[in-house]
Amino acid sequence: MQPEGNWLLRAPSLRAKQVLLAKIQDEAGHGLYLYSVAETLGISRAEMVEQLHNQEAKYSSIFNYPTLTWADMGAVGWLVDGAAIVNQVSLQRTSYGPYSRGMVRICKEESFHQRQGYEIMVQMAFGTPEQKEMAQDALNRFWEPALMMFGPHDADSVHKNQSMDWKIKRESNDHLRQRFIDRTVPQAEYLGLTIPDVNLKLDPSTGSYTHSPFNWDEFWNVVNGNGPCNQERLDHHKKAHYDNAWVREAAAAYAEKVETSVA
Amino acid sequence: MESGVKVWEVFVQKKSGLPFKHVGSCHGYDKKMAIQNARDLYTRRGEGRELWVVESNAIVSVPLDEADAFFDPGEDKIYRHATFYKIPEGVNHL
Ligand SMILES: [Fe+2]
Ligand SMILES: [Fe+2]
Repeated sequence: MQPEGNWLLRAPSLRAKQVLLAKIQDEAGHGLYLYSVAETLGISRAEMVEQLHNQEAKYSSIFNYPTLTWADMGAVGWLVDGAAIVNQVSLQRTSYGPYSRGMVRICKEESFHQRQGYEIMVQMAFGTPEQKEMAQDALNRFWEPALMMFGPHDADSVHKNQSMDWKIKRESNDHLRQRFIDRTVPQAEYLGLTIPDVNLKLDPSTGSYTHSPFNWDEFWNVVNGNGPCNQERLDHHKKAHYDNAWVREAAAAYAEKVETSVA
Repeated sequence: MESGVKVWEVFVQKKSGLPFKHVGSCHGYDKKMAIQNARDLYTRRGEGRELWVVESNAIVSVPLDEADAFFDPGEDKIYRHATFYKIPEGVNHL
C-alpha cells in the first residue's frame, strides 16, 4: 500500500488514478481481513500494531523496496500481486477456517490487481523507447524481490515443518516459487522484456525453468530490517497512527455519548 | 489497549429471501461506524443487499471443552430419526 501510495498523486491519467485507488482500498481490506483472522485467536489489533511498531512482528520484505517510476506500478501489480496470488490460491486450502475464508475473499479481489499491473506493462513495453526502458528497469528491480516473497529455501525455512504438519501451509516455498516463475516467464516474453537472469532456461524434460541461485544475503538483510525503505515504511506507519490518535479519541467520546443518551 | 473500539461480527445477505451469512468481523466505535466499516470491508463488489453487525461480545457460545456434554442429549434419542421406525413391506409414501 505504501509503495503504491507514492504514485497516487502522480498517476498519469484519471483512469489510472481511479484504478490505483481501488487497488489500494482492496489492499487495506486484505490487511484488515488478516488482522481479523488473527483476532479470532485471541490477540487484539492494538497489540499487533504495537508489535509491528517495535519490530517484534515481521511484514513482507517486498514492501521495503522503493517505487521509482510509473512502470513500477506495472511491475508491482504484475509481479508482486502475481506472486501473492500464487501463494494465496494455495492458502485457500489452509486448515484454519477463518484464514481459509479470508484467503478465498482475497483471491477473488487479487486478480484485478495483477491484470491492471500487466496492462501498465503492456502500455509501457509497447510505448516509446524510453517507456520500454522504464518497463525493463522496473522488471530488473522487482524480479528477484518478487521471488523472495515466497520465503527462504525449503531447507532453511524455520516454520515449514510445523506449518505443513498442521496443514496451515499446503505447498512448500520452493514449489510455489517455481510455479510463479513458470507462469511469468512467457508473460515477459510477450512484452519483449528480458528477465534479469542469464541462467534462466526452459528444461524441456520438466516444462519448468531453471534459474541462477538467489542472493539470500540480500533477503535476510531486508527481512532483518535493513532494506532500502524499512525505516521509512515503519516511520510512516507510526506517524499515521499517532497523528490520527485524535480521531480514535473523538470516535470513542462520541460513541460513549450516543450510548448513554436517553433521547 | 485502546479504549472504546469494539469488534463486530458481520453478516451479509446476498439477495432478498436468502439467509444472512457470517463473513468475518470489523472494528467500530459505535453502531453506525461499524455498519459503514462493514460495508467498506465486505461489500465493495455488490456482495450483498443487506448487512447485519453484531457486537462480538453479544454472541453466546458453548465453550469447546464443554461441547460434548452439552450436545450429548441429542445423541442418544435415536427414535427422533425417521430411520428408527420399521415400515411394513408394500406400504409407500411414508
Ligand atoms: Fe492483497
Ligand atoms: Fe493485491
